[in-house]
Amino acid sequence: MTEPATARPAGRTTELDERLAAYKGVWVYIEMERGHVHPVSWELIGEGRKLADRLGVEVWGVILAAPSPANQVAAAEAFAHGADGVYLMEDPILADYRTVPYNHGLCAVVNQFKPEILLVGATTLGRDLASAVATTLFTGLTADCTGLAIDMDTRSMAATRPTFGGSLLCTIHTLKARPQMATVRPRVMAMPPRVAGKTGQIINVPLAMREEDVITKVLDYILDRDSNEAQLAFADFIVAGGRGLGKVENFRLVTDLAAVLGAEVGGTRPLVQGGWIGADRQIGQTGKTIRPKLYIAAGISGAIQHRVGVEGADCIVAINSDPNAPIFDFAHYALVGDAVKILPVLTEAFRARLAAHRKSI
Amino acid sequence: MHVVVCIKQVPDSAQIRVHPVTNTIMRQGVPTIINPYDLFALEEALRLKDKLGAKVTVLTMGPPMADQALRKALTFGCDEAILLSDRAFAGSDTLATSYALASAITKIGQSQPVDIVFCGKQTIDGDTAQVGPGIATRLNLQQLTYVSKIVSIDQAAREIVVHRRAEGGVQVLKTSMPCLITMLEDTNHIRFGTMDDAFRAARYELTKWTATDAGVPDVSQCGLRGSPTVVKKVFAPTAKTVKATPITGDSMEAQAKSLIDTIFAAHPGIQEDLENSAAANSQGAQS
Repeated sequence: MTEPATARPAGRTTELDERLAAYKGVWVYIEMERGHVHPVSWELIGEGRKLADRLGVEVWGVILAAPSPANQVAAAEAFAHGADGVYLMEDPILADYRTVPYNHGLCAVVNQFKPEILLVGATTLGRDLASAVATTLFTGLTADCTGLAIDMDTRSMAATRPTFGGSLLCTIHTLKARPQMATVRPRVMAMPPRVAGKTGQIINVPLAMREEDVITKVLDYILDRDSNEAQLAFADFIVAGGRGLGKVENFRLVTDLAAVLGAEVGGTRPLVQGGWIGADRQIGQTGKTIRPKLYIAAGISGAIQHRVGVEGADCIVAINSDPNAPIFDFAHYALVGDAVKILPVLTEAFRARLAAHRKSI
Repeated sequence: MHVVVCIKQVPDSAQIRVHPVTNTIMRQGVPTIINPYDLFALEEALRLKDKLGAKVTVLTMGPPMADQALRKALTFGCDEAILLSDRAFAGSDTLATSYALASAITKIGQSQPVDIVFCGKQTIDGDTAQVGPGIATRLNLQQLTYVSKIVSIDQAAREIVVHRRAEGGVQVLKTSMPCLITMLEDTNHIRFGTMDDAFRAARYELTKWTATDAGVPDVSQCGLRGSPTVVKKVFAPTAKTVKATPITGDSMEAQAKSLIDTIFAAHPGIQEDLENSAAANSQGAQS
């Protein structure tokens, strides 16, 4: 296996030893699975670009995949979204995601080219891989970050994430090991603008592994028929409910408004735990992060765990009977009142308004 | 066959409160539970006990009071329970935690080799999903995360086939034991234990291991010292300086109308999108 890149942290000083100070640049793992790049990769290149500019270094992507022309396309997309270069590791062993060869490959690139920061999407693949890589390299990994910044005094990355089940935020640094690693959930960071025609450097790196040495085999891949997840994360209009709806029968009021708006429906963690809605419709830190144009939250108090999942929405409307509910701290428009009473009225108002438009054309 | 289930005692997140002035967690009086995600790991392990006669050892790292979580696990029918507790572990991040747990699992394997290590998908207090893969990497176990189903186990060939949740699909993976499985949520239901198990759990003498007992080779890799991540600050999110604009009206109807007017004025794009989709729907209805 790959040798650890860093010595164990011996004490807790902020001095970075010379060997680790040689680690330069911000990297983004470009998640390719079955020929497709997960869009979180581009969101992270946008975020990585900001960190790199602050540090005065470059941002590079890393692609691990089976040999395919699709990889060149992915590299070109990385450049268009702001990457300066791409490390490309192509090998038939990498056709399907498996922890051991991907961990081996990514660690090998890190040990050879030494980045100071490595960002990975917090997908099922990314969390699996990032955990293995951080353990192999004996470095720090901060999961599900909602904010990334640079502390210029130490040149270290300040990774902010919700903690204690989402009731507080904390900022975490990795001071004595490199690379500093973080995962970020899809849709938490904004998609950077795409600049067509931008170019960059590609450096090919070999995997140096044999299939015989990989114990885990992929027998099959069963595609999901239902893709609710993508619909919620990428929906432009979302109506969601929380405990303030009182009882499960009232969730229909959310569904009714959503139907008039052509919106997706979602809910908070307690609703999932109570069996009102499926886990794939949960919005928040442990559910889906959304970035719709319009988000209507009915009977949701707005705990941090929910807040971090919806703050990217362009327009947030909150309906809550408690005028001091935390949701009014980050919503744009407040309707103070009982969601169970207001929702049907709002549904009718939207229906009438949109029907009027329909007649006028 | 021998399986080890790693569990964690966590505060019941539904009952956590933050002190409004000091922004610290008010832990006093908050009940603790077994991390809910770990229950799926426990049940899957117990099914291997039912089907294949596997011995189930449950392991936790935590303060002395974490023995309650182990005793609860015993009431479900687990065979052995080990509490890994030492001041040296205090302040461990996920890297240091996986080191301590991996050391303990190695020690457990000395009395009877371990075939499968089970973990929950993640914990509800840390939500990192990093400790399971960390243990697998350290012990060189085949790593199977987000497992939704164990399809088959061939004890003679020491092979296992599982379904693993991926983005947009399910991987069917075949690998060799020993392996580490993190179970996906909602994949099974934790059983009610038998009366015999309840009596046994009450009388059971827990094994308590310090770092030395667990054969931890290098204590400097544990706890705060062994943790590369440093928590610099814990804080409550700042309220936006601009609070939500209140939408008022004489009646709920007036309120609703005012809301729609306000949104459409501020976001012409939203109005356009909604009107276009309404128009598309009406055309669809006419045709």
